[in-house]
Amino acid sequence: MVTLGDYLFVSGALFTIGFAGVLLRRNIIIIFMSLELMLNAANLSLVAFSRFRIQPAGLPNYHAQVFVFFIITVAAAEVAVGLAIIVALFRARRTIHVEDITSLKF
Amino acid sequence: MSLVLFWCFALLMLVFGAAVIVNRNPVASALSLVVSFFGLACLFILLDAYFIGIIQVLVYAGAVMVLFLFIIMLLDLRTEARRKINLIAFAGGVSVALAFFAQLYLVIGHLGDARKSFPPLGSPHSDDVRNVGLTLFGNYNLPFQIIGVLVLVATIGIIVLSKRDLR
Repeated sequence: MVTLGDYLFVSGALFTIGFAGVLLRRNIIIIFMSLELMLNAANLSLVAFSRFRIQPAGLPNYHAQVFVFFIITVAAAEVAVGLAIIVALFRARRTIHVEDITSLKF
Repeated sequence: MSLVLFWCFALLMLVFGAAVIVNRNPVASALSLVVSFFGLACLFILLDAYFIGIIQVLVYAGAVMVLFLFIIMLLDLRTEARRKINLIAFAGGVSVALAFFAQLYLVIGHLGDARKSFPPLGSPHSDDVRNVGLTLFGNYNLPFQIIGVLVLVATIGIIVLSKRDLR
């Protein structure tokens, strides 16, 4: 049988992939996609816990699913705003490599 | 049966998730991201969260993906040229990620509930969308309205950001 630990393990692996992407890649759009992977890894473990903590009526715990719904909404808004910022950045600097953007570097 | 399906979709999700960060071409990365999220939606449906699974496909494969591809084509990004990799930074990043994963693995291993399988649902046919809707509009009505305002603010913010002379 599939256990809760299996889902948590897969969710942790997906989060690690996103984390490695943020640390290793230098393309700002790829970094943004890795952020999405991390958000969705968190969603997976929330849904797994929602199915695991079953309510007395035999239904999944819907509070966690509503939380996931809110996370998806905020993530969609965040993607739109982030990509608009990337486009503005590209217009000003003509680059999307994080190594070329060093104005804030101390 | 569900074990085989679980590992199929989990592997699909993880392999294409890794392809997102390995690919040099941003378009290939974006398409790998869609496949990865499709596997994730299948996992949601395996967990009896039908509504969340469908929302995942609609929002990510439908909206977010088109946005990513649109921006990649708008900026006319080509496959990036091979740059000299800073080897110390690369090794540092990989080791931090691996240390994080090892720590997570240990925490999951020590969690007592992690060995238990999922309890069966009360009835095989659950009104999933109805129940999510009742919780959303009953217990979480105010947060739902606030989210609506947030999306409106995001829309206005994007329009301001996209103006040609940003002051």
